[in-house]
Amino acid sequence: MAIVTTPKKACAVNPLKMSQPIGGAFAFMGLRGAMPLLHGSQGCTSFGLTLFVRHFKEAVPLQTTAMSEVATVLGGYENVEQAILNIYNRTKPEIIGICSTGVTETKGDDVDGFIRLIREKHPQLARVPLVYVSTPDFKDAFQDGWEKTVVRMVEGLVETPAADVVRDPARVNVLPGCHLTPGDLDEIRTIVEDFGLKPSFLPDLAGSLDGHIPDEFTPTTIGGIGVDEIATMGQASWTIAIGAQMQRAAETMQARTGVPFRLFERLCGLLPNDQFMSFLSEISGRPVPLKYRRQRGQLADAMLDAHFHIGGRRLAIGAEPDLLFDLSSMLHEMGAQVAAAVTTTQSPVLERIKIDEVLISDLEDLEERAKARDCDLLITHSHGRQAAARLNIPFYRAGFPMFDRLGAGHLLSVGYRGTRNLIFDIANLVIADREQNHQPTLDSWRTTDAGLQVRPPQLH
Amino acid sequence: MSSLSATIQDVFNEPGCGKNANKTEAERKKGCTKQLQPGGAAGGCAFDGAKIALQPFTDVAHLVHGPIACEGNSWDNRGAASSGSSIWRTGFTTDMNETDIVFGGEKRLYKAIKEIIEKYDPPAIFVYQTCVPAMIGDDINAVCKAASQKLGKPVIPVNSPGFVGPKNLGNKLAGEALLDHVIGTVEPDYTTPYDINLIGEYNLSGELWQVKPLFDELGIRILSCISGDGKYREVASSHRARAAMMVCSKAMINVARKMEERYGIPFFEGSFYGIQDSSDSLREIARLLIERGAPAELMERTEAVIAREEARAWAAIEPYKPRFNGKKVLLITGGVKSWSVVAALQEAGLELVGTSVKKSTREDKERIKELMGQDAHMIDDMTPREMYKMLKDAKADIMLSGGKSQFVALKAAMPWLDINQERCHAYMGYVGMVKLVEEIDKALFNPMWQQLRTPAPWDNDGDSWQAKAMAQMDAQAAEIAADPVLAETNRRAKRICFCKQVDLGTIEDAIRRHGLASVDAVKQHTNASGGCGACKGRVEDILAAMPIPEPTTMLQAAE
Repeated sequence: MAIVTTPKKACAVNPLKMSQPIGGAFAFMGLRGAMPLLHGSQGCTSFGLTLFVRHFKEAVPLQTTAMSEVATVLGGYENVEQAILNIYNRTKPEIIGICSTGVTETKGDDVDGFIRLIREKHPQLARVPLVYVSTPDFKDAFQDGWEKTVVRMVEGLVETPAADVVRDPARVNVLPGCHLTPGDLDEIRTIVEDFGLKPSFLPDLAGSLDGHIPDEFTPTTIGGIGVDEIATMGQASWTIAIGAQMQRAAETMQARTGVPFRLFERLCGLLPNDQFMSFLSEISGRPVPLKYRRQRGQLADAMLDAHFHIGGRRLAIGAEPDLLFDLSSMLHEMGAQVAAAVTTTQSPVLERIKIDEVLISDLEDLEERAKARDCDLLITHSHGRQAAARLNIPFYRAGFPMFDRLGAGHLLSVGYRGTRNLIFDIANLVIADREQNHQPTLDSWRTTDAGLQVRPPQLH
Repeated sequence: MSSLSATIQDVFNEPGCGKNANKTEAERKKGCTKQLQPGGAAGGCAFDGAKIALQPFTDVAHLVHGPIACEGNSWDNRGAASSGSSIWRTGFTTDMNETDIVFGGEKRLYKAIKEIIEKYDPPAIFVYQTCVPAMIGDDINAVCKAASQKLGKPVIPVNSPGFVGPKNLGNKLAGEALLDHVIGTVEPDYTTPYDINLIGEYNLSGELWQVKPLFDELGIRILSCISGDGKYREVASSHRARAAMMVCSKAMINVARKMEERYGIPFFEGSFYGIQDSSDSLREIARLLIERGAPAELMERTEAVIAREEARAWAAIEPYKPRFNGKKVLLITGGVKSWSVVAALQEAGLELVGTSVKKSTREDKERIKELMGQDAHMIDDMTPREMYKMLKDAKADIMLSGGKSQFVALKAAMPWLDINQERCHAYMGYVGMVKLVEEIDKALFNPMWQQLRTPAPWDNDGDSWQAKAMAQMDAQAAEIAADPVLAETNRRAKRICFCKQVDLGTIEDAIRRHGLASVDAVKQHTNASGGCGACKGRVEDILAAMPIPEPTTMLQAAE
């Protein structure tokens, strides 16, 4: 069992963590016609916006209440009011999602109260849902912002069905964690639909940030789940939550609507997908389609081919808890050793990471451990690039942000097929690294003493 | 008055700024920047601006005092290049938590400074203030002072929390930090009559290095570049330069002007974007150095280099001219670099749409700057559909811009080239301009566009989203044309001043009601052109189009 520790240092160096307001805003981006709004100074929004634009290479809707110093001290009611009215008039949104930031939380703005007043004063807003989430920057991380926001969406937008409602046996809710890409969501959608089920994804980033060319230009999100569809999620027969971060949202859904849920902590790897397929088969009453039986065989074969390269690798990984758990577990199952693990925030899955200690810390600590423990595979988001260059080990980019490579939105890690591709990608990185940096030479094994030099095993 | 607000007022009073000269005292006090619009604002905060301006100092540790958002969401996101140290790309932050908010973050900040010195030992640390510690009253000046004394290293406070204003104010506050705590604190090892400072050049994509070889050839030494590829020791001793060039941006005009005032270093505003501007700038540097005592033969050598480089650049651009014949460019950018790029593109045989400027007189130059400034503002204010219509109406073959317009252009299958600060190519100096022309050629003639403009086999031409968008716009236009009341409402709702959000109707009413005859009078009554001033031309046009009635008769007529 892994111990979770937070190093006592005053200065975070090369942060792994991003702030929770933008995690919250990210969740709103999976809703159709949405305009996420950060209640803070304009930099809070512009930094987040730049990060999303560079990751997805897409126009991203994200607004700000543009708090000035004076407004911050006096309270932000007028800024919130003006921002909502401006957004309403200019962009005709279907929903406005508001996240607080460090600066307005320090002041203690009562945004729920503001919204009540604004609704009284401006009846024209009656049909626009305004969902508010408290997400101070000085607490928690990106993943927590997403988690809290989805919970608030369920609380605020899902209608409690009438007692006599007939549930649609084919309808399922899917609550995906923020570690899944739009490509992952599409893969899950295809799998679920292949069982004859009709999924509703909350949030659905595949509709908005998959890089498609929209039918119509809008300044809000160009796709995602509609508010009307969210309202009826209580009529589904099951909720599937993916990633431990979605447990609370699934519980809230169950409490409000009585829809039972099943949590899948992982969808990367052979056995997790076996469980997923069995579950879908069970709730749909259909056998697993031939397509997935073939894909399972392909994944098994990929594991056979790749284990020569991944087995024995010493992995250093920095990621938010659910992604960390998912990828490190899969690689552990492929014979890699998880030698250094750093994450951003607390989570129940951390103690099950296959390592002695998980740090809630930064990339400086990850780099130090990777060096000290002789790691030869690094997985983290794009900010790991400097560490990777210094360590000179193969670097697989995973998670958010990925700003220095293309196709971030389409990377796959779920399902048999996604796992197969991921395994090939990582194995190929390792092979390329061996070709470039570790070709045997005449003197590779020569020692000054007699015989061969035997390296003691590096077990941690 | 706290010292931060005093500094901000001082920055607003900047006499070196041309715009300021035309303002009343009350206007100056309000500041030189666009009022921020909740729900409609774009762009970074003052902290962002300060960090942008100073982070290119490569051997300095840049420590951000604040919660995780300020550094965690933004570190290592700039394309400046370094020829030496990489510590500037390391993200340092105090990552303040709830306890720090309650008990104050000063102790954590001090410890963080100490840790950085112990682990990384940089020649200096810049400490950036952010909103949350500013609100709870963390005194970074005091902490930095104490840390400097105890730890024996320059620890420089950069007091520019995000909520005091936008990015360009932050640039200037960063400049104030340099003036107060850094410049003039170290003597250079030696000086030469050929020492210059470059102010406001950030070496994005390594573009400074497109020009530096020419300086090296001429024996001109960049004593300090503020701040691209700069080093702490260099900026600290930059007060011994003989002349300075403020590169292509008013962002740090306060630094240039105050260094002239304090140390007698003359400066000029120049640019290395475009062939003509590059030559002008080299000449001006030589002239200033000679004025300050460098041998006169420097000018001859400079002219020789200019002649050679110009000839090479034109020869390199020449083959593109026939290819570019009849091709139209839509150039949308604010900022002063627009003009230089315009001139260069015209020289390469491209036609510019969206501007009516053909010749390169000084007045044209001013006019085009103004026009482009307006366009840049308008783009910020446009919905994506309007932006698409503008592209379509302009019949342009390629669009050059920065910012959010890129996705509309690209999704409309319109060739597009990045000329904003996140771009990956360097376009400075003679070689840079050739590079720009090359990139335009690659974008224009890529065979991909042909395929992308082909409708899917199951779509008709009219089904494409582009056609639909245009149809919608046309339908709206027809509806408006058929309804005179709606047409008038729409005409009057046209935004004239983007900073102060004033529409045409308001201005016309004010002109009629009060018999206004000048832009200033309109400004007093409606606030229009009271922001950046870029819409003055449009207000003039409105005034010119309206007869000037007697105010009293008009009032009676209205009643």
